[in-house]
Amino acid sequence: MRPRAADRNLVEASASPNMLDHRLAGSAVSAPAIPTAAVDCDGVTVRFDGAQHSITALENISIAVKQGGFLTILGPSGCGKSTLLRVLADLVKPTTGKVRILSNSPSQARRKRAIGFVFQDSTLLPWRSVIDNVSLPLEVGGRHRATVENGDPRELLRLVGLSGWEKSLPHELSGGMRQRVSIARALVANPKVLLMDEPFGALDEITRDRLNEELLRIWQETAVTIVFVTHSIYEAAFLGEQVLVMSSRPGRVREIVPIDMPESRRLAMRESTRFVKIAAHLRAVLETC
Amino acid sequence: MASIVESALPDDNAIVLARRWKHWRSRVMPLVGIFTLIFVWWALIRVFNVKPFVAPTPFVVAETLYLKSGVLLQNLVPTATEAFFGFLLGNMTATVVATVFVHKRIVQESFFPIAVLFNSIPVVAQAPILVLLLGNGIEPKVAISAMICFFPTLVNMVRGLGAVNPQALELMHVLSASKWEVFTKLRLQSSLPYLFSSLKITASTSVIGAIVGEWIGSQFGLGALIIQATFNFDSALLYATVAVGSCFSVSFFLFIIFLERMCIRWQPASHA
Repeated sequence: MRPRAADRNLVEASASPNMLDHRLAGSAVSAPAIPTAAVDCDGVTVRFDGAQHSITALENISIAVKQGGFLTILGPSGCGKSTLLRVLADLVKPTTGKVRILSNSPSQARRKRAIGFVFQDSTLLPWRSVIDNVSLPLEVGGRHRATVENGDPRELLRLVGLSGWEKSLPHELSGGMRQRVSIARALVANPKVLLMDEPFGALDEITRDRLNEELLRIWQETAVTIVFVTHSIYEAAFLGEQVLVMSSRPGRVREIVPIDMPESRRLAMRESTRFVKIAAHLRAVLETC
Repeated sequence: MASIVESALPDDNAIVLARRWKHWRSRVMPLVGIFTLIFVWWALIRVFNVKPFVAPTPFVVAETLYLKSGVLLQNLVPTATEAFFGFLLGNMTATVVATVFVHKRIVQESFFPIAVLFNSIPVVAQAPILVLLLGNGIEPKVAISAMICFFPTLVNMVRGLGAVNPQALELMHVLSASKWEVFTKLRLQSSLPYLFSSLKITASTSVIGAIVGEWIGSQFGLGALIIQATFNFDSALLYATVAVGSCFSVSFFLFIIFLERMCIRWQPASHA
């Protein structure tokens, strides 16, 4: 038995061998054809030990994201949503609990190039041209580099709508364009899981809306699994197949809300009654956090 | 409408003229400054009737620069060579040591104070020690020049190699980059602005080091020429030598600025 009782939105843990499939929350039918979840956290707790007192950033987080799924994580600032993403990316080690990325530990997944990470700040190397920034993952990583099937940097720049900007330097681009480059860079090693930490948080609303639509298109074209952290209710509901709402201090799973909306999403969808209802529900849940 | 256009025209002209003047001013004013300085120099010598062996007039110095150009250039070559090799040696050693310091904290903690200690010894005190150790050739001058260059670059490179965007380090971790890859692809590049700011300082100090080295027992170089001219009360030759030395310093400095413009085409993070 695994201790995961805290999350009421997850199917109760049982001794059944295909319980994993039940835990693919949001997907109505459990499909035995999908063997493993892309992301699987089980009772993850993260505690930071300070000199005076220790802080519990995450407490008993259990989530599962199916392959090709899109999970958005929503919560007030300081609720540990970034910490959770950093646990998945092997940037933070969980104090207790188990994390599996496609049946691998995060550090194995990282070495196999199964993970792509997009930071809030585009983190482009300012001395490298756009195309060289996108190619960076292909130049580093030592012996792990040759084992993966890599994407074509030019093709990826086309995918993010930046054809013709290959030779430009990052400071010549706008904030939105820089973030597109960093998305292309995260995708170049063909990761199975794309982790995004408030990637559009620093952008203006118009750019953010456009990039949201484009991200959905990229997600559909690449079949990558996306875990996306945001503090915008609309962004979370618009992008995600399911929204994980977190409460703060300590970071806990408050609720997992499935977003039952048509497959091809358009920005206009945000005016629909159904969407407004979902957003209102998310807001109500957030207010209790 | 027409009246508005007409009245706007003179204003436009005025703006264009003002811009042009601003453009030329930055080129013309330094020359005005230099000529004023030379005039004041000449006037002071005239007014106070200063003897030629105490201080020469600008014209005598110009004449000496022309007449003794052979001797001056002949002595510039060894000084320039010493300064150049001292500059290379000092900066390269400093970069290597800074790299070790950044990667091994414990080494930095034990050896950084020693570097500070050596730096606190004045050059004129270091010079005789190195001359005794290394003899009378070109070696001690290169060594002195290198020692002057070492410290500023060490301090700057320790800062520069450490001043990496922490998120970029996390990115490299997610990409499973090795320490060597982080160093060559990230640290070295982001330390370049720091390196160049110390290269600009050491370009001129390396020449000072070479000249000071030549003061302590040397038969050649600008430093030796300075000593000779002083003992012979040949003030014109002394001033001419100083002029040649500082011209070389300035050219070296400008060359480094040129290199910086070539190497750093991106804006440093602090300016972006």
